[in-house]
Amino acid sequence: MKRTTVDLWVGVFVTAGLAALLTLALKVGNATSVSASDGYIVFGQFENIGGLKPRAPVKSAGVVVGRIMSIAFDDQRFTARVTMRIDKRYRFPKDTSASILTSGLLGEQYVGLDAGGDTTNLKEGDEVKLTQSAVVLEKLIGQFLYGKAADGGAKK
Amino acid sequence: MIAALDRGLRQVGHIVIDAIWKLGAASRFSWLVLARSSESVRRPQLTLNEIFFTGALSLIIIIVSGLFVGLVLGLQGYETLKRYGSAEALGTLVALALVRELGPVVSALLFASRAGSAITAKIGIMKATEQLSAMEMMAVDPFARVLSPIFWGGVISMPLLAAIFSALGVFGGYLIGVVIIGVDSGAFWSQMQANVDLREDILNGIIKSAVFGVAVTLIALFEGYDAPPTAEGVSYAVTRTVVTSALAVLALDFVLTSFMFTGV
Repeated sequence: MKRTTVDLWVGVFVTAGLAALLTLALKVGNATSVSASDGYIVFGQFENIGGLKPRAPVKSAGVVVGRIMSIAFDDQRFTARVTMRIDKRYRFPKDTSASILTSGLLGEQYVGLDAGGDTTNLKEGDEVKLTQSAVVLEKLIGQFLYGKAADGGAKK
Repeated sequence: MIAALDRGLRQVGHIVIDAIWKLGAASRFSWLVLARSSESVRRPQLTLNEIFFTGALSLIIIIVSGLFVGLVLGLQGYETLKRYGSAEALGTLVALALVRELGPVVSALLFASRAGSAITAKIGIMKATEQLSAMEMMAVDPFARVLSPIFWGGVISMPLLAAIFSALGVFGGYLIGVVIIGVDSGAFWSQMQANVDLREDILNGIIKSAVFGVAVTLIALFEGYDAPPTAEGVSYAVTRTVVTSALAVLALDFVLTSFMFTGV
């Protein structure tokens, strides 16, 4: 087949385009970090999830070990059912506890896992039994004010 | 009084009916282009030539404008983020703005004015000088031989151009932010990588640009094919191509964005 100058330029163009796509995928995007494909799924029931969003990170000791897949309302137990995917490299004991934490004062919310001491590990489809809800600022302030008022009443 | 009102009403009715008529013709035209595209696959040289014409020749304008848009985003983003003490988020801002919106939209607008206008002029003049009719006389289908290779060339070129635009824009943001202003390089890249998702952001951006490619190329082809066979007719058709595709791109962008980036 005779090669023309057009072929050369189309080759240059397509190479540049594919290189740009690859750069976007590898350098800009998070293709190399915890992906949605490899891992096992665990559930957690939370009283209140605050501002937790799907795709938020699941961290243990500050290291990202997984992501939130979905959040749904469980109308049997009236709690929030959070589905998490944990990277398959990391194993956690069965009595691991999960709490909803905030990074920084105004940062995003994430799920923090604290490992327990059980000898068996969490498997695909297991439920994290020990959970701690997000801190809701209004409730906290309410409790504080209520406590203050009770204190004041007792002193008089 | 009554006569003037009557004339006005008639005119409005005429414009509406004309627009609907044109829309119907455009839909049938698009269908014909799609239905006769087997020739573009069987003779890849035809499509390749069009990729050269619409894609490779648009490289320079895309590279230069991508770089400058990235530079401006870097400067403006830094100035704003600095006030909140979060200049490290510059990478996220630049990358998300480019990959989600500016890359697909601006490169589609440039594509419409650089390649779309050329397509309309080419088809319009082929029609005016009866080259398309001559092809039909020789039992060569102009849809299969001329129009659908142009269509596929545009559809293939557009996502590649948008990707090049976004990648160079990110590089431009890096140049301003990290090299010149001095934002920490590690924070710039790691914040970007933590917040840009491969599927949610990059893939959706590519889908967007492919949709824009389809819209712009079809509008350009149809306006050329529909143009009155006069010098004036072709010149009006070129203007209409640029205006209509710019509006179509912006409207489609709104629709696609509201589908893709809400809910989460």
